[in-house]
Amino acid sequence: CPRAVNVDLQTDAMLQVDISDALSERDKVKFTVHTKSTLPNFKQNEFSVVRQHEEFIWLHDSFVENEEYAGYIIPPAPPRPDFDASREKLQKLGEGEGSMTKEEFTKMKQELEAEYLAIFKKTVAMHEVFLCRVAAHPVLRKDLNFHVFLEYNQDLSVRGKNKKEKLEDFFKNVVKSADGVLVAGVKDVDDFFEHEKTFLLEYHNRVKDASAKSDRMIRSHKSKNLLNPIASSLYTLGTQDSTDLCKFFLKVSELFEKTRKIEARIAADEDLKLADLLKYYLRESQAAKDLLYRRSRALVDYENANKALDKARAKNRDVLQAETSQQLCCHKFEKISESAKQELIDFKTRRVAAFRKNLVELAELELKHAKGNLQLLQGCLGILKGNT
Amino acid sequence: MKSDSPLFLVAQDLTLFCICVNVQSQPASLAAEDISTNSNGPKQDSLFDDDPEDLFAEATEEVSLDSPERDVLLSDGPSPAITPITPPTSVITPRIGHTHDDMFTHSSFDEIEEEEGGDSFDIHISVSDPEKVGDGMNAYMAYKVTTKTSISLFKRNEFAVKRRFSDFLGLHSKLASKYLHIGYIVPPAPEKSIVGMTKVKVGKEDQSSNEFVEKRRSALERYLMRTVKHPILLKDPDVLQFLESSELPRAVSTQALSSAGLLRMVNKAADAVNKMTIKMNESDAWFEEKQQHFENLDVQLRKLHTSVESLVCHRKELSVNTAQFAKSAAMLGNSEDHTALSRALSQLAEVEEKIDQLHQDQANADFYLFSELLGDYVRLLTAVKGVFDHRMKTWQKWQDSQMLLQKKREAEAKLQFTNKPDKLQQAKDEIKELEGKVQQGERDFEQISKTIRKEVSRFEKERVKDFKTIIIKYLESLVQTQQQLIKYWEAFLPEAKAIS
Repeated sequence: CPRAVNVDLQTDAMLQVDISDALSERDKVKFTVHTKSTLPNFKQNEFSVVRQHEEFIWLHDSFVENEEYAGYIIPPAPPRPDFDASREKLQKLGEGEGSMTKEEFTKMKQELEAEYLAIFKKTVAMHEVFLCRVAAHPVLRKDLNFHVFLEYNQDLSVRGKNKKEKLEDFFKNVVKSADGVLVAGVKDVDDFFEHEKTFLLEYHNRVKDASAKSDRMIRSHKSKNLLNPIASSLYTLGTQDSTDLCKFFLKVSELFEKTRKIEARIAADEDLKLADLLKYYLRESQAAKDLLYRRSRALVDYENANKALDKARAKNRDVLQAETSQQLCCHKFEKISESAKQELIDFKTRRVAAFRKNLVELAELELKHAKGNLQLLQGCLGILKGNT
Repeated sequence: MKSDSPLFLVAQDLTLFCICVNVQSQPASLAAEDISTNSNGPKQDSLFDDDPEDLFAEATEEVSLDSPERDVLLSDGPSPAITPITPPTSVITPRIGHTHDDMFTHSSFDEIEEEEGGDSFDIHISVSDPEKVGDGMNAYMAYKVTTKTSISLFKRNEFAVKRRFSDFLGLHSKLASKYLHIGYIVPPAPEKSIVGMTKVKVGKEDQSSNEFVEKRRSALERYLMRTVKHPILLKDPDVLQFLESSELPRAVSTQALSSAGLLRMVNKAADAVNKMTIKMNESDAWFEEKQQHFENLDVQLRKLHTSVESLVCHRKELSVNTAQFAKSAAMLGNSEDHTALSRALSQLAEVEEKIDQLHQDQANADFYLFSELLGDYVRLLTAVKGVFDHRMKTWQKWQDSQMLLQKKREAEAKLQFTNKPDKLQQAKDEIKELEGKVQQGERDFEQISKTIRKEVSRFEKERVKDFKTIIIKYLESLVQTQQQLIKYWEAFLPEAKAIS
């Protein structure tokens, strides 16, 4: 996605968005959003602005709140950059500097810095994916707020919602979930949507569970990389031993240093290809569920409008008003249904493609690393056996 | 003799002293009955009585203790171990007219050993079939101990007995009391575990109590193998009885000389030693160097052991989490409505399940190969430290005797000028007795030093062999894991590619 060029076949305009740079400061990340476009509404063909996480959220929320977009799967908002854990580890390392050898300290520092960098790269990628999804969407890419986000080179002043706003959000979410439960119980006339509803409710829960379990598994994999103290103990044993074992210990120590690096890469790759994939589809499936909810709401409104019209006709009072209202609800519902159907089909296509790509890459990387490990182990064994 | 005023503290002078001593009088402790083939092993002080007898009794050759023949015996080399305990009767009985020196005595031992067991070490012991006997808090685990051997020391080539844990502790306790103080590195028995055994007794047939029993079974097997690998211990009647006899008297006092107890004893001895002033010479420098070497080794092995235990723990955790993810992925596959993707996710779940099993197997290898090896050697090193400390004690005892002799001599000198013939005679008698004690003390110190040198050499050889073997086995287990991983992912890849 990041390097794909999004061409609107109707207007023949190109829109390409990416995050060209990012800066991590103490408690915030500054993303440089870079745009290349031939769209007429932009002042220049190429420009960049600096944005922070809250501005991405503002953009996302503006889509969600826009009635016009009720019939689309709104690309899920990127998660907040979270360096707390990593920063804490680096701080602990700094405090414990005196208790370890210079070599150990340097190694740990390199490891933690690599971890920090990986988290940083990930958050950049996730913010970029959001922007790309928007730019790829035939309707959303034209959104005014989106263009302001891309072009306006001043602060959007959307940070730090005030308390009242935060409370409003809180209640909105509560109502939504209650409604979600209510609406989920109503059986849909349309088979397609009925199936999608059943599917998405179950799928979302399963993805949530799989995402949590994959996170835990990968965390275990990372902490298993305790071969570092083992390697250094073996090294010390090797330097101290005056027997034949000296060479043994040194060789095995060297081996474990190398295999440990591979294990670290395995954990990182599993994180990228599996954990991130599941996390992303957790968010996307939630966005799809939200779409279904909006459609259900529109259906309920439509049905209520029908009832109101019947009542008005029966009483012969405010009939015109009721008719207009009913027509609006009908139009809204049909519009949502039409675009929702396409959105859900696209969602499936995207999902299948993403899973395929990531699972294939995961398997290929696992194979590559296992073969690398095997080669190192067999090489070492060959040397050690030749010695005895 | 008085004018010689021997300086017992320096080895070179020691040599001279040994040669010049008049051994026509027999020190009281050298009773012939002490060394009979019926005894269950040597008693404390009379162990090496026949050697010095042979050396000094009417010696017609002046053999220096630093003779080249002797050096051969002391050097590290494939010299078969010497058995001072039950020497063949042909050497014991004729106490006079012996012109053999140390080397000849030893070579006749060599011949006898070659007749007995041959050059290669051929004995294999397995501990198996743990069986719970009895109920409640009086219950215990009985293990089958099977010995397969071609050594003629045993009555049969293959035989089995049933033993319980306290029997093993009892065996170790006996061996330790017989051999540790004279410098033999007696392999320590596995640790007691109240928590572990209580679970087993209470009857919980769960995974953790099964693991405990397996851990113990494996430890007991390694313990017996290490014990019989020791050429001296192999021939000990207690060991033979343990392996062969169907009934064994219950060992009650198994508190003696547990590994922890031994460590406590060693530390106490070490404290006492630090209070003494020891004058070092070249031969002592060897001991000091070795002690330092074992000290360093101990520190490193403990560190490594802790790290490996951590590794086992984390790998088990990874296994659990992988299993959970596998289940979750299977559920996800079930709910996925795209057929090919659904199938691929189910396959992924299967792969992860197999990988979980791999992690479990690898964790077992981590533990039983790597971790237990390190644990065994940490415990063995306490036994090694123990023998070094016994040498120190032996030295101290000798020094104490010498100082007492010195005092008595001074007292006797004073008595010469008084007119007390009875007291003078008494003093002379006491001096003779003490002279014998001093001689004995020196011989004991010599012997334990010699034994320790041999033991250390044997220990180091075993250590090198053990570590090499186990490290290779462990690496092979890692190789197998990677090969399996490759197999699983190679099978999965086409499934993933088949998604369309």
